[in-house]
Amino acid sequence: MLNYVWLVPLLPFVSSVLLILSAGRLPRKLVALFGAGSVGLAALLVLVIGWQFMQTQTPYSVHLWTWMNIGDFSPGFSFYVDQLTLVMLSIITGVGFLIHLYSTEFMQHDSDYSRYFAYMNMFVAAMLILVLADNLLLLYLGWEGVGVCSYLLVGFWYKDPANGAASRKAFVVTRVGDTAMALGLFLLFTELRTLEIQPMLEAANNTWSIGDSIPAIAALLLLGGAVGKSAQLPLHTWLPDAMAGPTPVSALIHAATMVTAGVYLIARTHGLFLLAPDVLMLVAVIGLATLLLAAFAALNQTDIKRILAYSTISQIGYMFLALGVGAWSAGIFHLMTHAFFKALLFLAAGAVIHCLHHEHNIFKMGGLRSKLPIVFWSFLIGSAALAALPFTSGFFSKDQILLSAFELHGTSTLLGMHVGPWLWAGGLLGALLTAIYSFRLVFIVFFGAAHTEPDKQPGWRMAGPLALLCLLSLVGGWFALPLASVFPTSAEHHVSHLIEGISIAIPLIGVFIAWLIYYKKSNSFSSITDSSSGQALSSFWKSGWAIDTLYNRLIVSPYVTVANAMRGEWLDKIYHGVVAISVGLHQLLSNSQTGKMRWYLTGMVFGLIVLVSIFGWAR
Amino acid sequence: MEGLAIPLNHVLIVATLLFITGLAGIMFRRNIIFILMSLEVMLNSAGLAFVAAGTAWQQADGQVIFMLILTVAAAEVSVGLGLVLQIQRRFRTLDMDQATRLNS
Repeated sequence: MLNYVWLVPLLPFVSSVLLILSAGRLPRKLVALFGAGSVGLAALLVLVIGWQFMQTQTPYSVHLWTWMNIGDFSPGFSFYVDQLTLVMLSIITGVGFLIHLYSTEFMQHDSDYSRYFAYMNMFVAAMLILVLADNLLLLYLGWEGVGVCSYLLVGFWYKDPANGAASRKAFVVTRVGDTAMALGLFLLFTELRTLEIQPMLEAANNTWSIGDSIPAIAALLLLGGAVGKSAQLPLHTWLPDAMAGPTPVSALIHAATMVTAGVYLIARTHGLFLLAPDVLMLVAVIGLATLLLAAFAALNQTDIKRILAYSTISQIGYMFLALGVGAWSAGIFHLMTHAFFKALLFLAAGAVIHCLHHEHNIFKMGGLRSKLPIVFWSFLIGSAALAALPFTSGFFSKDQILLSAFELHGTSTLLGMHVGPWLWAGGLLGALLTAIYSFRLVFIVFFGAAHTEPDKQPGWRMAGPLALLCLLSLVGGWFALPLASVFPTSAEHHVSHLIEGISIAIPLIGVFIAWLIYYKKSNSFSSITDSSSGQALSSFWKSGWAIDTLYNRLIVSPYVTVANAMRGEWLDKIYHGVVAISVGLHQLLSNSQTGKMRWYLTGMVFGLIVLVSIFGWAR
Repeated sequence: MEGLAIPLNHVLIVATLLFITGLAGIMFRRNIIFILMSLEVMLNSAGLAFVAAGTAWQQADGQVIFMLILTVAAAEVSVGLGLVLQIQRRFRTLDMDQATRLNS
């Protein structure tokens, strides 16, 4: 079965092409069958392939065809399957199928049903190519493919200009990172003469030693791409705005799969990052800074989807932290559990929005516990996993990350101190905040007085995926991922029971604080939040630390000013002149078309006379 | 044969004059009936040239082509008159300068 691995991306791709070519003329049932069915088939195929792969456990690669041939550069269209690829494949097709199934109901009344599934399937195909690619160029193809699909889906409801602006922002901001990544690919190719990942990593290991500057620059450039795609500091600003798209899109692209592509990239090229310990430390620091910043921002949002968006940024920060401290498999483990519980949370939030006439503001919800019981339990389980309450999936992955950070040995030359415990403490603070903001959401939306009545209940196509994801969020962390042969082995954790106890207790404390503030509405807390400085801080955090304003002042408005100044520049006038001449000539000819037949004939006769006299004279 | 000693050049000059008359009729007349008539004159001038040339070279082709031209002219007139009727019905005029729906 392993040699059928090319079918996995092909199925959604073919379905997408069919849906595009049918131009919305297929009946809705057929569209749903194609859209969800192709991804479901791919998921089944991945299941079989994974089962067979586990028998042998040897990496499998298949060369489909040579993509192009330029000099000594001939990247192949070839796939590489190892344990890491399989984990990613199962997440993309498995969670992807559940989200597609959910979408068939969520988007039921949308007039662009077929277009939606065409984009979604195209996205899944591109994402599968990204993780299956055995060379960085093919990976880059998938990388850009998911970027385009993200752009199309964020701006799916294009009639509202705000959605268009959000999709452009998502595209342009990630483009900044992608440019860095492209430069990284150029550098790697000029230095190592190959872009195939496994030979390249080997060559890198043989050519360079730890601490050389070229691998550091290359790793830094790749990190730029990862930071853009995974919405980390300083390129994270696009993700909260990307919530303009339909909610299942946010669940699939902006929570479970695409935004984790950066994590996958770093994990895939970890051999390169190991040669650049300073860059690796930077990965950890970026992760920590992002997770704290996003957690504070999430604490003050009022839009249910923006809370989840900031939460996603924060959780990917954890993954970066894990990668940065060398806990590769913990990072991928958190990627998987996060895909489960964040997809669950987004789908549950989508169900709330769906049943409450598209209401996004959490303060207009409330008291939904008994009215939408399925959604309530899904949300509770998702939030518990997000907050890493004991024995949920998020607990196991986050615990591993924190312990690995605590045990990080050696001092960084960049920071000149023993950073491990600091990273651990920052991560713990993040965990506390995570627990507070996730249960703030639960208490405000599902408890207290009702403000809006739901007008419908989710059907089975929405409830089914929710139930399955609940199950995965609960038990998804009980099994260790078989990643030992992909990554360098990390030592067993030998930390005291105190440290273990603290990381178990912190989320519980967070839930308790959330309960005090948002359920009991304790006075001592509201006096802090209602004070003027508290209000100012809250709105500062709500705006995402005013980073958008900063970028607007620093980058966007100077750019617009310069662009406006360049408008009347002389070089442009030449081209405008060419246009004016062509328009004038066109007008002239257009005027000659009077519709008066006698004039046409007169023109022809004179033309004939002129021609005849020219030729007659020439003889 | 001997009696018809009109030189070919003279016939061609007459044909040219006829042709120019017809062409001028189309160019300067606005009434579509006159335009059709001028068209007939032009066709006949061509026919005259063919017949004269056929006689000058002692070939039957000239006459054959004239028969063809006659047929074409008959067909053209039947179509043309149909068009005239249509134009009269639609525009309530026979002035070709009024029928300018195809202008830019």
